[in-house]
Formats: sequence, structure tokens, C-alpha cells
Amino acid sequence: MIYIQLFITFFKIGLFTFGGGYAMISLIQNEVVVKHQWVDASSFTDMIAISQMTPGPIGINSATYVGYSVTGNAFGSAIATFAVSLPSFIIIFLIAFLYTQFKKNKWFDAALSGIKPVVLGLIGAAATLLVTEENFIDWTSWLIFGAAFAITQWGKVNPIYIIILAGLAGYLIY
Amino acid sequence: MNIYLDIFSTFAKIGAFTIGGGYAMLPLIKSEVVNKKKWLDEKEFLDVLAISQSAPGVFVINMSVFIGLRVKGKGGSVIAALGSALPSFVAILLIAMFFDSFKDNEVVQSVFKGIRPAVVALIAVPLIGMSKGMNLNRYTSLIPVITLLLIVAFRISPIYILIAGALLGIFYHYLIKR
Repeated sequence: MIYIQLFITFFKIGLFTFGGGYAMISLIQNEVVVKHQWVDASSFTDMIAISQMTPGPIGINSATYVGYSVTGNAFGSAIATFAVSLPSFIIIFLIAFLYTQFKKNKWFDAALSGIKPVVLGLIGAAATLLVTEENFIDWTSWLIFGAAFAITQWGKVNPIYIIILAGLAGYLIY
Repeated sequence: MNIYLDIFSTFAKIGAFTIGGGYAMLPLIKSEVVNKKKWLDEKEFLDVLAISQSAPGVFVINMSVFIGLRVKGKGGSVIAALGSALPSFVAILLIAMFFDSFKDNEVVQSVFKGIRPAVVALIAVPLIGMSKGMNLNRYTSLIPVITLLLIVAFRISPIYILIAGALLGIFYHYLIKR
């Protein structure tokens, strides 16, 4: 049943997300685009663009969006959003309960030190997997990519403005 | 004001007014929770922040659950998480409902042709800062490269690689470094 699948998928995504929204993209992509094929690569890219321009974290935004596009109703959105948030409750309750032990838990710190470089690879993989023929249709796409990269990296410009500028460029060019 | 209502409206405000991901919310969370409501002091806030960052899950939801729990127990945490998730839930739901109907519009099509490569760039940019901040050496810098290859070329689920990374971290600290 699709609702149960949605629930399990987003619960897994919530449970294994370390290091913020961008790291989450790779997990969502693997589950939603590669494994279940609920959304194709270019719709997935559009969804990330939309989630950068709307309030709220990528995790919540993508759960709501995918939940709707898979089931066609708001209940699907609610299930996916609830599922992606549920691990936070379980884990934070647990940590709050064991607060003092957790604060200086060497095992956890050791595990985290191995997870951090993996997260870097996850983000790299998320970006690499989005380099598709649908997202990069011609050389101007690469020009936009280069400009967006340079402006964000050295100009410290808010991502929202980058998306607006790129949208404007798309409107003028295509 | 009723405390639950207060928690809800505070976190709904945080959820509604921060655009562009979890960390953009941080300054607003701090000014609301520490300066205005005085639910936490500076030090407690830093503790909550550190734990929310290292625990798995959506960062903002972790923060909301933790702060809600501190203020008014389990009920408070549910209300806080609900408050911070609701604005994005409603916004995205509305967009998802109507996006299909204007997705095939020519203007929308060309706008998104411009946006897509920029989104890929936005995802790639943090890689530079993050890799500098991690102080990777010759061996540890192989981990992100291998991760990328496993995912892109072999379609291995990131979940397995994360578990392997955690085990590698524990193995290294308890067996090799000792």
C-alpha cells in the first residue's frame, strides 16, 4: 500500500539524515528517484528549487511535495511529513532522557567522526546525479551553472536571489 | 497567553519567516527563544543547538522538539514541531496542487530550464567550505570520493554507506588510535 511505503521511506530518510538539508537530498534522491521512481530527476530538481524559495527546511518541503505527487492528495503529504519528523521525536526524547551521558559519549563522537566525511560524499553524489540531460540541455546550462556557482561561492549571495536570477536568465534565453 | 498557544505561534513564526533551509532559521530561533521568550539561556541554547546538529533528522524539527520539551514536556514538543512544520507544509501543498496545472506553460518551462543548473550549483557550493572545515588528511579524504563513487556508479544506498562510516569511525578510535 502506497501510504505505508511513503511512511517507511520518509521515516528512513529522517532517521538517516546527518548534517542538514543538503545531505538529505542524496537520501531523498536515492529513495524517491532511483528506488521508487516516484519523481523523475528534473521534477526532483524543480522541487529543490521550490523548496529553496518557500519557507521551511528541505526535509519537510520535499516530504510534503513527494507525498502529494505520489498520492494526489493532502493525506499523502501529511503521512510523509509526519514520517520524516518522527525520528526527531524518538531520538531527541531519548537524548534528553540520557542527556548527561550523551553529552560526552565517546562512542557517539567516534561514529560521528566517520559519518562526517561520508556526508561530504553524499552531497557530492547528490549534485553529480542531478547532472542529467534534462537539467543540462545545452552549453548555456553550463554557463548558468558556472555563474551560479561563482556568485554563491565568492559573492555570498542568498540562494533565493540566485534562483530568481537563473529563472530570469532562463526566461530570456529559452 | 496559554503556554501551548504561545509555543505554537512562536514556532509557526519561525517556520513561516525563514526561507532557504534549516540553518537560515537559526538567528530567528535564537532571538525568539532566548531573547524574547527567555525559554532558554545562552548556554542551554548552545547545548540544544549542538545536539540537534549531531542527532539525525530534520535539523529544525530537532530544535523544535528539544526546545518544546524543555518548555512544556512532551506536549510542548509536539506543539513546537507542529508549529515549525505547518507553514512549509501549507505552502508546499498549495504549490504541489497547482504546479501541475501551470508546469506546461511555456514561460514556466523556460524559467525552470534556467533554474535547474543553478540548483545543481547551489548544492555543490557548500562542498568547498565543508571540506576545508573537516581537516581531511590523505586517507580520510578518500572517504567522500569513495562514497560518491558507490552512490553514483554502483547505486549503493547512502544509508549503508553512513552505517559503514559510523563503524569505521568507531573502529578507528577504539582499535587503531589506541
